[in-house]
Amino acid sequence: MDKGLVFDHLRIAHHGAALLALDATVAPGEVLTVMGPSGSGKSTLLAAIIGTLAPGFTLSGRITLDGTEITRLPPEQRRTGILFQDELLFPHLSVGGNLGFGLPPRLRGRARREKIDAALRDIGLEGFAKRDPATLSGGQKARVALMRMLLAEPRALLLDEPFSKLDAARRGQIRALVFERARAQGLPVLLVTHDPEDAAAAGGRVITLG
Amino acid sequence: MAFSLTRAAPALTLLALLGPVAAGLAGTLAPAFGLMPALGGTEASLDPFRALLGWPGLPRAATLSLFTGLAATLVSLALTVLICAGWQGTRAFAALERALSPLLSVPHAAAAFGLAFLIAPSGWIARLIALPLGWERPPDVLILQDPWGLSLIAGLVVKEMPFLLLMTLAALPALRPAQSLATAQALGYGRVTAWFKVILPRLYPQVRLPVYAVLAFSVSVVDVAMILGPGTPPPLAVQVLKWMNDPDLAMRFRAAAGALLLLALTLAALLLWRGGEIALARLSARWLVAGGRGHAERMLRGLGLGLGALSAALVLLGLVGLAAWSFAGLWRFPELLPQGWTLRSWMRHGPELLALFGQTLLIAATSSGIAMILTTACLEAEQRHGLRPGTRALWLLYLPLLVPQIAFLPGLQVAGLLTGLDGTLAAVIAVHVVFVLPYAFLSLSDPYRALDPRYAAVAHALGRGPSATFWRVRLPMLLRPWLTAAAVSAAVSVGQYLPTLLIGGGRVPTLTTEALALASGGDRRVIGVTALAQTSAAFLSFALALLIPALAWRNRRGMRHG
Repeated sequence: MDKGLVFDHLRIAHHGAALLALDATVAPGEVLTVMGPSGSGKSTLLAAIIGTLAPGFTLSGRITLDGTEITRLPPEQRRTGILFQDELLFPHLSVGGNLGFGLPPRLRGRARREKIDAALRDIGLEGFAKRDPATLSGGQKARVALMRMLLAEPRALLLDEPFSKLDAARRGQIRALVFERARAQGLPVLLVTHDPEDAAAAGGRVITLG
Repeated sequence: MAFSLTRAAPALTLLALLGPVAAGLAGTLAPAFGLMPALGGTEASLDPFRALLGWPGLPRAATLSLFTGLAATLVSLALTVLICAGWQGTRAFAALERALSPLLSVPHAAAAFGLAFLIAPSGWIARLIALPLGWERPPDVLILQDPWGLSLIAGLVVKEMPFLLLMTLAALPALRPAQSLATAQALGYGRVTAWFKVILPRLYPQVRLPVYAVLAFSVSVVDVAMILGPGTPPPLAVQVLKWMNDPDLAMRFRAAAGALLLLALTLAALLLWRGGEIALARLSARWLVAGGRGHAERMLRGLGLGLGALSAALVLLGLVGLAAWSFAGLWRFPELLPQGWTLRSWMRHGPELLALFGQTLLIAATSSGIAMILTTACLEAEQRHGLRPGTRALWLLYLPLLVPQIAFLPGLQVAGLLTGLDGTLAAVIAVHVVFVLPYAFLSLSDPYRALDPRYAAVAHALGRGPSATFWRVRLPMLLRPWLTAAAVSAAVSVGQYLPTLLIGGGRVPTLTTEALALASGGDRRVIGVTALAQTSAAFLSFALALLIPALAWRNRRGMRHG
């Protein structure tokens, strides 16, 4: 059984025209950085992994996660966590509600609330459960988004330029937090970026598309 | 699965839209050629058309329909374009935008009555002139129901202009007008000219269908024409309805022939309009690049704002006029206000209107509810299965708005008679769905498609399936536009006259059929009470659409806009 995220002869075409090809293995705790200009298919690759490829794209080959092929699974069963450039906190839910949305349903009642409170403490936002996400700062939102993703117990972490909108001071902090958590939980990480600094901080292999 | 009907939704929706239209047209076609076994018409003949051509009022009625329809559409579109060209992005424009929803929700009939109360020889405007001049009697001029249909055109414009404005506002952002305008202005073009040269040519294709809908509606309108249009002869659509309601059932044949002629007239008007579009595009091709920077800019801007404000004021003052009459005691010409105020009219007609109010709301809630479920399911199918309608499907969606109501409702009534469904509440609700659905879809589709798809991607990545994503993310995030679309739908249902009258067979009365029944009587106090009740039924849904999100999201800043 191959642990981690494996791209086995992955080929993606758009209306028949070849778009990208990838053969790679991302071991647990490892970071693979994918770089390339816009239009090179970076976001298409991510969509293929999380299962939201638009009609018109065709995919061949396999993507496996901890030995299970996920290519044919519906998105919600793939357990591929993703962080986008925007935090995308659900604006209609409270901060605690957003974390609860990520938490699997088997935890109930008090245990659930305690887990959410502990998670908030963990990212330095103790007592923020009832807050409106719109009132948080950029760095706080980023931390909530990360924690929401981790609470869903993903088996891989995908990063779609998640640091590019943060100011310089926060960027280093959040970047360190994300990589540290991913390593601690033994998650394979795929980072898509066009910031060389991100790639350097990630410290893993770098693939260039396009 | 809570939402396994998403895959079938587009087909179901088209069936709900097109089934009645097709059945109705067939049911009109047969009697127009003499076929209607129930009335002894067993052989095809051209007698109904001979009878129609033998009616001396025909040339005038047909001309009137064409003229008022084309003129009302032209004026509405010109005003819409002028207002946008002169004022888009300014504070005055924002004010007009805010007035748009209430203006749209005023039912056509109520707006027409209000306008009539203002411009009639004994109306407020005449009184304002009469007081200083010392007239003691209303001037003897035919302003209301004038033979040229000018007041009818005015009544159509004040209601259709807001609709076109709304459609324009929905289409504009995708064209990034601010950038194009800034570029043109930097090249020395005046504001209005820049708008006409760089925005309008790209905008018009986007609003073409709504314009056609306005044209078809205006050519074949019945309720506004009964209130503001000339009487002898009336526009063709009104005359067809008269024949339909004639106690002599043989008149049904002539009515069917007339309905078919009206369909042909509508088609002719649409073709004429299309020809005009092509000619104008040819003629303007050189003008666009001839380099003229524009003149009379200030006059055009002033004209746009002035006429736009006047149009809004006519509707709003009309409502005030309705209210004044509904509470008026003795009110003599030329006094501007009644001598006393009284609740008598409301007390006398209140109980009866309350029952009608309930019936109107029941029909509006059910039909808009059905339309919203179908619309939501269709849009959800787009998200889940990529079943996105093409341009052709959009035409089908507009079909109930392009085919004149009077052309297919009589046929549908016959179908109702044959199946025993006529005159039932269910049949009225079903036919309301046909007219409500296009508006529900038009209102909801843009916000639905505009929602950032990454929210759904995040929900999926967090392990939530399509159903949970719909109920817990997409629907709550779209609560405001969803309720607005529902309110638009309900208001459209409240305003429906012809479908309620014909399919209800007079046995399903609503505030709208009641208000129109009063039109010929001319008792201003009853009309005021009824038309206001009708307007409040339409307003009610808009009030809810504003109130519910404001309460539900009072602690969510991110939900306040959009």
